[in-house]
Amino acid sequence: MGVDLATLAVTRELDVTGLKCPMPLVKARQEIANLAVGDVLKVISTDRGSVKDFQGWAKAAANVELLGQSEDTAGGKTLYIHFVRRVR
Amino acid sequence: MTTTILEVERVSPRNGAATDIQSLAERVAALEAQLAEVQSRLPKDKVTIVVFSGDLDRVLAAFIIASGAATLGQEVAMFFTFWGLNALRRQRKLRGKKLTEKMMALMTPADTKGMGVSKLNFFGAGALMLRQMMKEKNVTSVEELIELCATLGVKMVSCEMSRDVMGIAPDELRPDIEVGGVAAYLADALESRVTLFI
Repeated sequence: MGVDLATLAVTRELDVTGLKCPMPLVKARQEIANLAVGDVLKVISTDRGSVKDFQGWAKAAANVELLGQSEDTAGGKTLYIHFVRRVR
Repeated sequence: MTTTILEVERVSPRNGAATDIQSLAERVAALEAQLAEVQSRLPKDKVTIVVFSGDLDRVLAAFIIASGAATLGQEVAMFFTFWGLNALRRQRKLRGKKLTEKMMALMTPADTKGMGVSKLNFFGAGALMLRQMMKEKNVTSVEELIELCATLGVKMVSCEMSRDVMGIAPDELRPDIEVGGVAAYLADALESRVTLFI
């Protein structure tokens, strides 16, 4: 993907921690619809399945691009972080 | 493609340029018509799901797939038939029904809350347990998923024949659904990339 996630300009951050499939994806989809083309959405999830789900979303939908994914820990929980850009 | 080029070369020069252009134009028109035909037969970004089961767990899976597909930008159509119609039920009515229809109505759930699970149901205890476990794990309930699908524009179609056989009155089902038969399902399924029977 070749994008430095640390310096990436994020337009909006979406916290979907605690939510399970399919809600992280549904919320992200609703949020990105409110953004302009080119904007970047950072999604913070605790759902392990969301890693593949966001890859699948970017693959299937023409309007989003997955810039990168990362993991973090907070309060003993693993966070799965996704950076998605609206492309059209 | 190779064939087309060869055909073009075979057009003999003695026929004159005008004839050449005319025959080329005819060929292009024929090819365009063929291309349009091929394109119309390609599957679209569409997902079709038949919901035959009225089991809570299976219906849940159907609505998770439907909401996921709609989120991924797919056009989703769900067809509810036989026990699956219970997923669309809003209320139970007995008035005006035949004895067999009344019995069927009493033996099937009045709404989605009454759906059992496909395994270890134990007269509804299994379903209650599953709902409790889903709540603890913060999984969206089937009722919320159905509403979500409705707002995401998922098309829900009730099978008219099985609704009639089961003795379910139209006003016992959600008002925002469409009515159809096997051809309605096939028309959508034939142009879908994914079609499921649950």
